[in-house]
Amino acid sequence: MVTTIAPSRGGDALELSRANGDLLVLTHIYTSTLVLGIGALFGMLQGFSRANWIVMPAWFDYYRMLTAHGVLMALVFTTFFITGFFTYSVYHTIPRVRSTRLGWIGYCVMLVGTVMAAVAILDGSASVLYTFYAPLKASPLFYFGATLLVAGTWFVAADVFLNVAWFKKQHPNERIPLPAFIAACTLTMWIIATLGVVAEMGLLIPWSLGWTSGIDVGLTRMFFWYFGHPLVYFWIMAAYAIWYTVVPATFGGRIFSDGLTRLAFVMLLLLSTPVGLHHQFLDPGISAGWKWLHTVTTYGVVIPSFMTAFAIFATFELAARKAGRRGFVNVVRWLPWKDPVFAGPALGMILFIFGGFGGIVNNSYSMDVLVHNTMWIVGHFHITVGGPAALTFIGATYGLVPALTGRTLFAPRLALIQVYTWFVGMAIMSTSMHWAGLLGSPRRTADVSYFGAQGAATWHPQMVGAAVGGTIIALSVVMFIIVATGTFLTDRSAQVRPAFTFATTNEDALETPAVLDRLGRWGVLAFALAVLAYAGPVTQQIQAHAYLAPGMRTW
Amino acid sequence: MHVHRQERIWMTFGLAMLVIFLAVITTAAVVDGFVPPSHVQSIDPTKVAQTPPFDHPGLRKVADGAYEAYYVARIFSFTPASIEVPVGSRVTFYVTSADVEHGFSIPETGVNTMVTPGWVSQVSHTFKERGTFLLVCNEYCGSGHHMMAAKVEVK
Repeated sequence: MVTTIAPSRGGDALELSRANGDLLVLTHIYTSTLVLGIGALFGMLQGFSRANWIVMPAWFDYYRMLTAHGVLMALVFTTFFITGFFTYSVYHTIPRVRSTRLGWIGYCVMLVGTVMAAVAILDGSASVLYTFYAPLKASPLFYFGATLLVAGTWFVAADVFLNVAWFKKQHPNERIPLPAFIAACTLTMWIIATLGVVAEMGLLIPWSLGWTSGIDVGLTRMFFWYFGHPLVYFWIMAAYAIWYTVVPATFGGRIFSDGLTRLAFVMLLLLSTPVGLHHQFLDPGISAGWKWLHTVTTYGVVIPSFMTAFAIFATFELAARKAGRRGFVNVVRWLPWKDPVFAGPALGMILFIFGGFGGIVNNSYSMDVLVHNTMWIVGHFHITVGGPAALTFIGATYGLVPALTGRTLFAPRLALIQVYTWFVGMAIMSTSMHWAGLLGSPRRTADVSYFGAQGAATWHPQMVGAAVGGTIIALSVVMFIIVATGTFLTDRSAQVRPAFTFATTNEDALETPAVLDRLGRWGVLAFALAVLAYAGPVTQQIQAHAYLAPGMRTW
Repeated sequence: MHVHRQERIWMTFGLAMLVIFLAVITTAAVVDGFVPPSHVQSIDPTKVAQTPPFDHPGLRKVADGAYEAYYVARIFSFTPASIEVPVGSRVTFYVTSADVEHGFSIPETGVNTMVTPGWVSQVSHTFKERGTFLLVCNEYCGSGHHMMAAKVEVK
């Protein structure tokens, strides 16, 4: 079945096949693009506020804007892109006659949830930041909205699982196509992670409705970070998915190894959740031993990370050698740096090296006191989610939108300038933030001048640096939106339909041990590890005290 | 499933780093006591003002050069707002919150802890340099969060 959408101005009709879900995926991608635009504007204004260039008006104060920025960027932009991309991965590697109903239900539930949470934030009843730590008490609308956003992703995950199960049934002796495997593996991790949201909302929603009078603050924090760290891996696994399967196709390369790719993702599934306490190193009420345990499990991610780094660079080198290029400089120069679908993710990889270094510091147990809740952390997550994840998603958008609409990319040169501008802006902003953090500047603070206090005097230059970097990123986002929407709005049908293809592997997939495809089992094991890592600390929270805190609105 | 020789070397390097990092962290924790503040002591957050010693927050001298400082964090201030200690003093801070989540950080000293309602946080530091240190709340606590600060005078 084919839906035809009339173009705005004459020319050939824009055809979007419904059966392979192109319209569904395109809707996801454009939703994430729009959200990125709004989020970036808020981000830039935050930079201006902290540099003391502007003071936000009382009707839209800094913390309301910060809540909107965090929720839109960390939870909404990323989630819409990732669920859309994984839907594409499954629909395009498992061809069949299918219904996209479940996918659309998922999208609509996510959208309704987002709108509810956005209304609560914008009307000022939920200035609780994206971590919504109790006993700050937002309006129930905010908690319901966030819950629906997560619930919507479960429908998308169910759609992915059902398609993969159908494939396994039809092809019992084959391996799941790699992009579909990665989608199902990542979403298995996501389901386990979002159980933390379910647990936390089970406490927060009745309390926000006034049915319970108090809340166990420590427990809600623990549930939040049970979810909060795998949320980070959700972004990274989606970015890795594109690095492994899409990036090689931009230069005619092959995936380094089918089996090692699957192994890396299974390890990420296992190691994503039993690690969240490293966000709570400085929390009272949690024994140092539990924190140490989570330090160990967090460092376990070194293994799949090193495997990924090896595989990506091996892919580069093998393809370059085939083209007769040898040596580091020649390989680097040979790569398609003028193709934004390659350059976006590749620039993200460069930023991620520094993101990884910073992450080692953050996870170094006692060393965390030097950086915890300082601007260093803000610098760290901007060079991770705002670097490798966002640049990869943007690069992929430049490939997906032409493939889904059948149109050539609008202003491809602008697209190229855009990814490099983002890279430069993010490098400046993140460096300034890291530096400010080392000097002790707190995060999440509207104004760091502290009435001219001596200790705060060194922070201002870094805040100016961050504002300059943020401005460059905001300009870059404007370019991104021009290219992404321009591709849809202007009528430039391509002679040959642009493709967004997945690379093939070097080796026969059947050499891959079949056990790696048993995602149900790996999911159960991953959940068991999470339970094991959290049983002690959660019991400690519940047993140690019975004190509940009343909810408060302090904004 | 073939694993390339170079990849084996690379992974061995990665695993070696992992082991070394964990060994350093663990040794520092066990031998030198470098552990993150992890005090486990609960308190009713609605009765902080009536619970000793937080009913009279402030500085107590426990020995020559050793002090205990009891702080209550409440939107948007710390009590006491200012303390004064001689240079070289070891100060153990005990902090609790009477309302929402707060942070307790003295930049560039290593004094840094979360302050969670229902719990008492503890962190120690030896002040080896004279000066006026800024103490800030580093967790968002509401509209006046950026004004929540106090000071530590080291004479």
